[in-house]
Amino acid sequence: MTEPLVRIRGLGKSFGPTRVLEGVDLDVGRGEAVVVIGPSGSGKTTLLRCINVLETYDEGSIRVDGTEVGYDGPPGPGRKPRREGELARIRADIGMVFQLFNLFPHLTALENVMLGLTKVRGMPKAEARARAEHWLARVGLSDRMSNLPGQLSGGQQQRVGIARAVAMEPKVLLLDEITSALDPELVGEVLSAVQQLARDGMTMVVVTHEMTFARDVGTRIVFMDAARVVAEGTPREILVEPRHERLRSFLARIEMKGH
Amino acid sequence: MIDFALRTLPFLWDGLLVTLHVSAVVLVASLALGVAAGVGFAYGPLWVRLPLRLCSDVLRGTPLLVLIFCVYYLLPFAGLNLQPFPAAVIALSAFKSAHVAEIARGAISSIAPGQVDAGKAIGLTFAQRLAWVVFPQALRRFLPPWVNSVTDTVKGSSLVSLVGIVDLMLAAQQVIGRTYEPLPVYVLAALMYFAINYALSVASRRLEARFAYIRE
Amino acid sequence: MEYHLNFNFVWKYADKLWWGLALSVQLAFVSILIGCVIGLALALAHSGGNRWTRGAVAAYVEFVRNVPLLLLVYLVFYGIPSAGGFAYDATTSFVATLAIYSGAYLVEVFRAGLDAVPRGVIDAGKAIGLTPWQRFVELRLPIMLRVVLPSLSNAFISLFKDTSLASVIAVPELTYGANWIKTNTFRQVEVWLVVWPIYLVTGWAILAALRQLERRFSLGRRR
Repeated sequence: MTEPLVRIRGLGKSFGPTRVLEGVDLDVGRGEAVVVIGPSGSGKTTLLRCINVLETYDEGSIRVDGTEVGYDGPPGPGRKPRREGELARIRADIGMVFQLFNLFPHLTALENVMLGLTKVRGMPKAEARARAEHWLARVGLSDRMSNLPGQLSGGQQQRVGIARAVAMEPKVLLLDEITSALDPELVGEVLSAVQQLARDGMTMVVVTHEMTFARDVGTRIVFMDAARVVAEGTPREILVEPRHERLRSFLARIEMKGH
Repeated sequence: MIDFALRTLPFLWDGLLVTLHVSAVVLVASLALGVAAGVGFAYGPLWVRLPLRLCSDVLRGTPLLVLIFCVYYLLPFAGLNLQPFPAAVIALSAFKSAHVAEIARGAISSIAPGQVDAGKAIGLTFAQRLAWVVFPQALRRFLPPWVNSVTDTVKGSSLVSLVGIVDLMLAAQQVIGRTYEPLPVYVLAALMYFAINYALSVASRRLEARFAYIRE
Repeated sequence: MEYHLNFNFVWKYADKLWWGLALSVQLAFVSILIGCVIGLALALAHSGGNRWTRGAVAAYVEFVRNVPLLLLVYLVFYGIPSAGGFAYDATTSFVATLAIYSGAYLVEVFRAGLDAVPRGVIDAGKAIGLTPWQRFVELRLPIMLRVVLPSLSNAFISLFKDTSLASVIAVPELTYGANWIKTNTFRQVEVWLVVWPIYLVTGWAILAALRQLERRFSLGRRR
């Protein structure tokens, strides 16, 4: 059997004395949308940020399309952390959309999407522009291409963030609580964009609080608590018929908050 | 080298005293004028604020050296014949007042208007409100930047050397005129200026830190 | 007192004033360019360096900021050549002094500017695969420049006023020109009545122009 697109084994990480990830195993196959849920501090965002090495990991292995991302080899003595130049090349094939959008404030929406294409993929300007315009149209922002981030609403900024990540044609897309910073009425437009991407076959790992999204888009749900993966299964198994105690109490708390 | 320094020190010291004297006079004058102008900016009617704004912009837009020359040469034309020392001190004080006024204005306007209302409500006059309500609170926002600006006064005082007043700067040059050793003397003078100003800026930072504790 | 204003003497030598003004602006401009290089380099050294680099930068900043500019001008023009045995002309010396002087202020400005680049924006740059150098050139630098522009504007205008001190070492800028006319025509009143407004108007004009520039490069509330 071929290796899954993202293969995580025995992932461990400490922040000083605190253990933030412990023995995490996870597989993400091509075309899957894996949704990670859990209380704050469970390690889910850290897990996501380890996949594209925005955070380093101490033990274990993360392989994307067969390549170990954080080190030059599998776990074992003498393996060395990857240098920035190598990391840049690996990250080019992994896309990320951030909770706080993180758009480049000095560039227009169009330029935000084009930057990676011209500087990292080395595309000629005309081709980059065409592709950027295509993706901005796909997220419904054709009329906002010349605006600076400061002139866009939260939902619009986030959609630019999605276009920026997806235009790079990454192998896997990482979504880090992308609707948590949005006003409720703006959440829908962002989720529709992501749903469309999932339907089109984009492999993604999603950290979210939006249970409806998890249920509608996720092919598999993973529940994390206190640095470990506690439960894993289909949306039905996890959300509708939860079997773990901690999972049940977590879902109950979410319900009470009106999600 | 040490011997040399020791021999020049008395002359530099006398110059330093003049520097401190000039700075002190300018400080007091600019403090009085500046705070008054600051109050005018914060509370005055338009016909007070506009002239103040004009004066402030003119004073801050003029190089200090040019201002000294203008005061020295133009005032006699207006009838006031001045010696170099008063002319320089007037120029320096006017210049500094504009800056102090900005600091004062900032400190005063940062007081919530509710405070002034409360003062009015219990029947305080304008002067009483200033003395008992506004100034005590504005003081802690005024003091740190003002102490910091004192270093500018001390540095600005060096320009009086150009109109013949024997401050630290001119004393240094006179010593060099006799000994023909510019570098050590200038370095020594620089260290003396540094000592004063550095102490002042440390004091200002301490004040700022101490007042930061008292948050409302 | 009997004194008849006669501006003809001033107009006769007006070119000294115009060329002096041009030189003043040039001096300020070149000094701030060099000062920016110094300030940016030291700000980077400070944030990336160890205790010794940080201490050295702090020492330089503290020394320059606590010593009068006039003293620095003399120190560089008379003091250093006497010790080193060489000599340079007054203009070079003054530009060097003013650059060193402004560099000390600009270190603080650039440090604030570098800090103003949000961490998340750098993360986003990493996420799309930019190398560290690309992140500096495409993200840190442009954002920082836009953030520091107002402070740079104020610094430039300050430097323009400080160029009047160049007159003490006989650099033929505007104040020197004024003093020359005064010495050679005895028209001290007229010349300063002319030169004072020149400084004011030029300063205000530069300020207005720079404010326009700031609006063009602001981080996007309005274009």
